[in-house]
Formats: sequence, C-alpha cells, structure tokens
Amino acid sequence: MNDMTPITTTLKDWETDQEVRWCPGCGDYAILKAVQRTLPQLGADPKNTVFVSGIGCSSRFPYYVESYGFHTIHGRAPAFATGIKLANPELDVWMVTGDGDGLSIGGNHLMHVLRRNVNLQIMLFNNEIYGLTKGQYSPTSREGTLSPSTPLGSVDRPANPCAFALGVGARFVARGFDVSKNLPDVLKAAHAHQGAAFVEIFQNCIVYNKDVFNDFAAPKGGEERQLWLQDGQPLLFANGTKGISLNRDKCCLEVVDVVDGDWEAAGVALHDVKNRALAHMLVEMPFGAFPMALGVIYDDPRPTFESAVIAQNAKASEGKVADLAKLLAKGQTWTVEASDADHI
Amino acid sequence: MATLAAEKPVATAPAPEAVVVRFAGDSGDGMQLTGGQFTLSTALAGNDLATFPDFPAEIRAPQGTLFGVSAFQINFGSTEIDTAGDAPDVLIAMNPAALKVNLAALKPGGLIIADTGEFSKRNLDKAKYDSNPLEDGSLAKWDVLAFDISALTMESVKPFGLGNKEALRCKNMWTLGLALWMFDRDRQPLIDWLKAKFAKAPTIADANIAALNAGHAYGETAELAGPLKKLHLEAYPQPAGLYRTITGAEAVSLGLVAGAQLANLPMFFGGYPITPASAILHHLARLKEFGVTTFQAEDEIAAICSAIGASYAGQLGVTSSSGPGIALKGEAMGLAIMTELPLVIVNSQRGGPSTGLPTKTEQSDLYQAVYGRNGDAPMPVIAARSPADAFDCAIEACRIAVQYMTPVMLLTDGYIANAAEPWKVPDPASYEPFPVTFLTGKNATDEDGNEKLLPFARDEKGARPWIKPGTPGLMHRIGGIEKNPGTGNIDYSPASHQLMTDARKAKVDGVAQGVPPQDVTLGNTTGKLAVVGWGSTYGPIHQAVRRARAKGLDVSQIHVRHVWPLPANLGDLLKGFDNILVPEMNTGQFKTVLRDQLLVDARPLTKTSGQPFQIAELEEAIAAYFDGVPDNEGGEVDANSQQLPSPETVNP
Repeated sequence: MNDMTPITTTLKDWETDQEVRWCPGCGDYAILKAVQRTLPQLGADPKNTVFVSGIGCSSRFPYYVESYGFHTIHGRAPAFATGIKLANPELDVWMVTGDGDGLSIGGNHLMHVLRRNVNLQIMLFNNEIYGLTKGQYSPTSREGTLSPSTPLGSVDRPANPCAFALGVGARFVARGFDVSKNLPDVLKAAHAHQGAAFVEIFQNCIVYNKDVFNDFAAPKGGEERQLWLQDGQPLLFANGTKGISLNRDKCCLEVVDVVDGDWEAAGVALHDVKNRALAHMLVEMPFGAFPMALGVIYDDPRPTFESAVIAQNAKASEGKVADLAKLLAKGQTWTVEASDADHI
Repeated sequence: MATLAAEKPVATAPAPEAVVVRFAGDSGDGMQLTGGQFTLSTALAGNDLATFPDFPAEIRAPQGTLFGVSAFQINFGSTEIDTAGDAPDVLIAMNPAALKVNLAALKPGGLIIADTGEFSKRNLDKAKYDSNPLEDGSLAKWDVLAFDISALTMESVKPFGLGNKEALRCKNMWTLGLALWMFDRDRQPLIDWLKAKFAKAPTIADANIAALNAGHAYGETAELAGPLKKLHLEAYPQPAGLYRTITGAEAVSLGLVAGAQLANLPMFFGGYPITPASAILHHLARLKEFGVTTFQAEDEIAAICSAIGASYAGQLGVTSSSGPGIALKGEAMGLAIMTELPLVIVNSQRGGPSTGLPTKTEQSDLYQAVYGRNGDAPMPVIAARSPADAFDCAIEACRIAVQYMTPVMLLTDGYIANAAEPWKVPDPASYEPFPVTFLTGKNATDEDGNEKLLPFARDEKGARPWIKPGTPGLMHRIGGIEKNPGTGNIDYSPASHQLMTDARKAKVDGVAQGVPPQDVTLGNTTGKLAVVGWGSTYGPIHQAVRRARAKGLDVSQIHVRHVWPLPANLGDLLKGFDNILVPEMNTGQFKTVLRDQLLVDARPLTKTSGQPFQIAELEEAIAAYFDGVPDNEGGEVDANSQQLPSPETVNP
C-alpha cells in the first residue's frame, strides 16, 4: 500500500521541465496554474498522483504536471483510468478531457466511468470547439457556430455536459471556469468526493472560439450572471439582488428580485448538494434568462466501483488457496500407467 | 471418389484405426452431457480422441425444430487423433430434426441410429419432412437402425415411478448405454459418476443407471442381425501421467493464469462479450483467488484500454476478442506499442470480414495481427495449434510481453476454442519462471554525475524499464506522441522518430532470438515437399502427412508457432525443400508472410468454408506433388461441408 500521508509541496514542485505549448492567452494556462496551486493544498503526493488524458489541447495537460502522467488516445482516457484504479486503487487519479474528447469520440466511456463511479476527478475543459484540429465545431458548440466544417453555421443542438453527467448517474457534478478564483475550491471539493467527480471547466479558446463565455466569465461585468452555489446557502446572484426560487405549481425555477437582502421574503431556495432534482434544474437553466450555475451542483457519494470489485474479489478468494497444480487437474481426470508401450 | 469408396463402413470393418461418432438431438435431450461422458469413457479405454461440440445459436430454440438441434462429435481411435474427424461413421439421431441437420455429413455406408418414438407426424413436420425418412427409402445409402428408444427408456425406468417427462429425460443415458456396448466399454465409471451427480436425488440416479444398463443390455441381447456390431478399438499408447480433456478456451485461461504466476504478477483481464472469445472471460471470472481481476468493459476499445491502464499500473494486462473486436482495439494496440507496455491480446478468430461467420472457424486475421495497425507498429504474434497447445502458447505470450515490454497477440480460432482433446496435466513447476522486476530507482546519470531517470533506456533485449506509478522519485510522462529515445519526453524531431522506429522494430525482431529454432514435426529436414502450417490446421496436416509418409512419399510437416517474428532458422530450413505447400483457412495470408520474409516459393492451399480442412483434402493436395509414385492414386475429394456438427449449415 502506498503511503497516503499528506505531504508538503509547493506550486513549483508540480511543474515539469517541459515547455508549455498552448497558444499564448489560452485558458488552459489558468487551469494548469489552478491545479498546481490546488495540489499542495490537498497534501497530494506527486508519486501517488496520476494525470490521465485523451487527445486534444486539454489532453497535453499531463506533460506539464510533475507527477505520473499518461497521455492516451482520443476519447478513451476513462477506460485507461478505470484500469489504473482497478490495478492500484491507492493512486490519486485526475482525468483531463475536453468537449470533443469527452463528449464526442469518448462519450460512451465518459458515461460508463461516471455510472460505475470510479474514484477519480474528471476535468472536462469545455471550449465549445475543436482547437487542436483547427477550429471545427464540437458537440457543445451552440447552434449556428461558424467553423471550417460548418461554413453556413452548425445546425445540431449542443450537449450539456453537466446534464449528461447527471443523466448517466454521476454522484458529483460541479462547474467552474478557467480564470475563476474559485476554481481551486471546486477542485478541492471534487477531490474530497469519494467516487467519480465530474467538473466542467469553461475554457476560453482565444484562437477559434474567443470569449464565447464572456457573458458570465468576463472579468468585468460577468459576475452579475454567476450563481455560485454553496450547500445550505440561498441561491443568490448579482450581488445578492437576485435569487432563484422554486415555483412549486409549475415545478420549475424562477428568477426573483431580492429587496434589501431579504431573500427569505423573496422566496429564494436554499441549495442542497444532495438534491438530485434540484441539480437537474440548475444545470438545465437556460443561460441569459437565468444566471450560470457554478460551484458544486451535486455531491452525494456512493460506494466506489473499485471498492466493490476489490471486496467481491476478496470474498470470492476467501478460504481458497491459489494452487495452480490443483486447478490444472480439476474436473474429470484419468491416469495412464507407465508401461512397455510407453515409448512416445 | 476413389478415396471415399476405399473407406469401409464401420459396421463391417474388423478393426478400424479410428471411428467418428456424432450424437445429435434436441437441445433439451442432453447431447452435450452424453458426449462428454462418452468422451470420458473413451479416454478411460485408452483411446486417443478429439471432440467438437455444437450448440444451437438460438438461445432458447423451440423443441424439435431444425435450429434447436444440438450435436457433439467425437473422433477416437487406436492411433494418434488430431482432428474431430473428416466425417462421422455413426450418427445417433434422437429426433427427425437431428437426422435432417446432420445426415449430409455422414459417410456413405455409415450407421444411423434413430429413435422412432420421436418420429411422429408433428416432429416430422417441425423438421420439414414430407414423409418419414426411416420408411420412405431415402436413407438407402446408409445402414439404419431405428427402434423406439423412448419406449424402451420408459420401460426401463418404470420401477422408479418417475413422471413421463422425467422418465424420458433418461433417454440420453439409455443411448449412452448402447454406445458403450457398441464400443466395448466399462459402464462402472459412468455409474459412479451418476451416483455422485445425483447424490441428493438417489431415485434419479437409479433411474438413469437403469436406463444406461438397459441400453447396454439392448445391444448385448437383442438379436440384431442388422448393422449393429460390437467394435473394440485398442488403446493408443500415451505417456504415463494424469490426463483430463481441455478446450482451447479453458487452456488459454489456465495458461494466462500460469503465465501471470510465472511473471509473479496479478492479472487484469478486460473483455467484452463476443463469440467465440467470451468463454475466456467466463473462465477467468471464476479464478479470483489467483489474483485475477476481470472487467467487462463497455466496449472492445475500453476492454483493451483498461488492460493497458492496468499494465501501466503494474499488473499483467490481458484482453481478448475475435476479429471485429480486434479491429476496434487496433488504435490502442498502437499505444501499447508506442508506450512499450506489456499486454496480451487473445484473438479467437472466426470467419470474416465484418460480422462474417461468428460461430465458424477461420484463420483470416493473420494480416490483421501482423500488419493491421497504423504506422510501423511491430508486435509479436504467436498461434496455438490445438486446444492443449493453447496452454503453452498463453504462457509464451505472457513471457514475451513482460520480457520485451510489448503487446503480444495470441491467435486461436473457433475450432480450437470449442474443440476438446486429452491433455496430460502439466506440472506448473516444470515451467521456468520469468519474474518481473520493476524499476525502483533512477537508472542513469547526467554529465554532472547526478542520477536521472530515462524511462526509455533499453536493456540487452531492447526493452525499456517497467515503472509503476507510486514509485518515489520516478515520476514521468508517457503517451502516444513520438518521444525522445531516452527521456520519453515529446520529441518529433526527424532523428528521434528514426531512432525510435528502428528501436521498436529491432526489439520485436529480437524476439526471434529468444525462441527455440523451428523444428520439423514429422519427416526429414530436407526433401521434396514441406507442408507448412500454423494454428489449428495442425491436426489435419499432421494426419495427412503421416498417411502420405506411410505411402512412402517424401513429405515433411513444419508447423510454426511464432508467426511474427518468424523463427530465425525457418528460411534456411525451408530452402532445403523442393516445394513448400501452405494450407490455411484463409486466402493465403501466411503464404504472403513467408514469401515476404523469406523469399521462398510458398504455394497456398486455401479454404474458407468455415469448416476445418479434411485430412483427405490435404492428402490429395500432397499427392499432387508426387504424380507417378506407385500406390499414390490421388483423385478428387469432395469437401464435406458439414464435417463438424452445425445446425446452421442447413438453417443459416
């Protein structure tokens, strides 16, 4: 068993000697720094930490973190991560994927790693575009996205990563964005969750899909449309002047004005990270009419996949001796006696 | 038809070398059990044998229908047996559907034993017979022994007061009793087995024993002037030891467990259901106490990727599939080659392309195994020649994978996976262990004398170190992008790609240096004709070459296990023969590899009917090289399209 005692590291300890090769100004830089800032706060040990990724801009991530790293193939990181966790559950596994890698080519694997509840952190960098292949629209691109492969605008409806995650049975769903100062707290919550923790991180692709998240992520003015969720706290945004209430007749959420900070009078609902129905409603809120729900949306742990596998393996092995000679001779056997005819 | 005419029907042959019997009935008639017990009795009588089961493809086939027929074929004799037989000598048909489905396979002059009790109008209709074949003369070219097995069974179990349905379920034991009489077998082991099996229901045990005895007595006492004769086949002398029967799927599973033990590693098996490979997943799922973790993944790709993940984390990763699934795994194999991680990939080949013939055998994935990946992606490929050989091959695949840090493909096929043969149970201690050493500290020094890590430094075999995550101080990154030859950091400079491509090739080529030189299975090391095979063609080639040599023909058998890279001496060996014939169940894939690698004039003999080669087909092909040799009649052989039992042949 690996020693899991928290150890002391600094941001520098998590940097590799490799030159970071993202475009200047890419949101990935901010996410990398946020992760490298978070890891020391978690007491993480580089030798027990593994970053696993697929293919795409985001998936270069492992090369820049001084830990164990495995840059795999397009869309399949969840399957590699599952094998790693089953082989050595003591490893602290972070998976890095993108909207194309995780929801297009790898949608199937993302579904199963979440439903199985393998104990790892999944960071899906959502920039709503294929960056590394030079700008084609992605499964999260908004309708009408102009791209080299959709010169007349995309016509298909985008997938909602957090709604997908909840739909396939994820027990932890959170959101953040690249330059948010709250991102480390979101990552810490994901790490604290035992099981598959899904974090959608909005990431600005400054080359192919610049500033598409500015309505809520812009350093100035965006804050008005950020709804930062805190368990047990009222769903307030716009500096406490607005809130979200539950319309019980229509069974839907509504934006309400909060006068003089009296959110109770305005009927603002409280966040409950264990309320799955509320989580569904929060991730489905149409942005514009509603704010963007950020932070920990849902967090209700269940036993992990690998713990169940290990327990079952242990139970099946209980009291049994792994005697290969006996195994080979199992079933109906017969003996040929030595004789003069034995000349072969 | 000279060859077929020369074969004498079993009933009149005084002592044939070998006999092929096919048990066929409704899937509810217990034919697999009957076949299995007849097999054990055959083994106890000291005969050599090979068997092939056939289950309906339909999961719950309606009773009495053509697609509900289940059959079991056994070839046994006083000589070495390597195949399930060219064609049955005896067909035991428990109902009209079983007769119809299997009749075409039966040798002319062969014996049909049929249960008239099941040849009702209703069952004849279900089998799409317009008239009763037992009465309309359509079976004239065979000997027919038809009597009411159902009624005789009912009669024999009367004292036990069973219900009608339960009483009729003893039919298979009655039939087995008759078969035991026909081949002069001891009933006692079967009686012991029935007592043990039904220890909790002694009445059922007694009824089945009574049925078995009654069937036996029927053969003994009935005045059967007809075709039924007792036949005694002498034992085939085998080396002393403990034996069992084993299928290829069992042998692969056990071999993987043994291989992991010899490597001193826990095993991780990632699989996805596919015919005919699933049996390996099923076997391994029950062997947890041997440090085996099985994982049924969401698809073929996830199955191999999870196995690579487990190898990365320090276990022996294994995955298994058949052609279509192997195609899906291709990209991940490339990653295992690129990151140089050990992995065993078992391919139980079936007919292709696409879905092809899921339940039938073929060897048509050789190109896929050897050449079927993007980029220069060399990977060792080994092929099992028989169910029992699959055990050793699985161990060999594990050894190469961990010693050379490479994925290895083990090829079997639908025939090997399902067929069974006697297996002398090996002593695990007789295999040389190949324990794995993980890197625990830095393995190089820089110019200033400081220790540093080179994850892609190579040992004398060209293999890189295996570094488990969790090891202090050895953090590093690997991936599918071309890398620096030492540090493994991303590096796609021209020099690096050239060096790394060369290193990967040299490493896999070097596997040939660590394998035994190619031997000659049968015959001389030089001569007029070498019959070169790989995989499950071993059995029919072996028998055909044996028979040809008995006729005095100068022919040798060379059977290759290491398909890629080829054994280092194979080229020189083949150059000692005037002719090279390569029989394979594809359109000539190994022939291409031999020509490419060795510049020899290898000639193909191909077959893609989903059925294995018949011995007679190969004898004929061999004979063509020896025209004018006395006693070599040659002649045409009609391929038996139903050589192995299969309901789908008539009902695809």
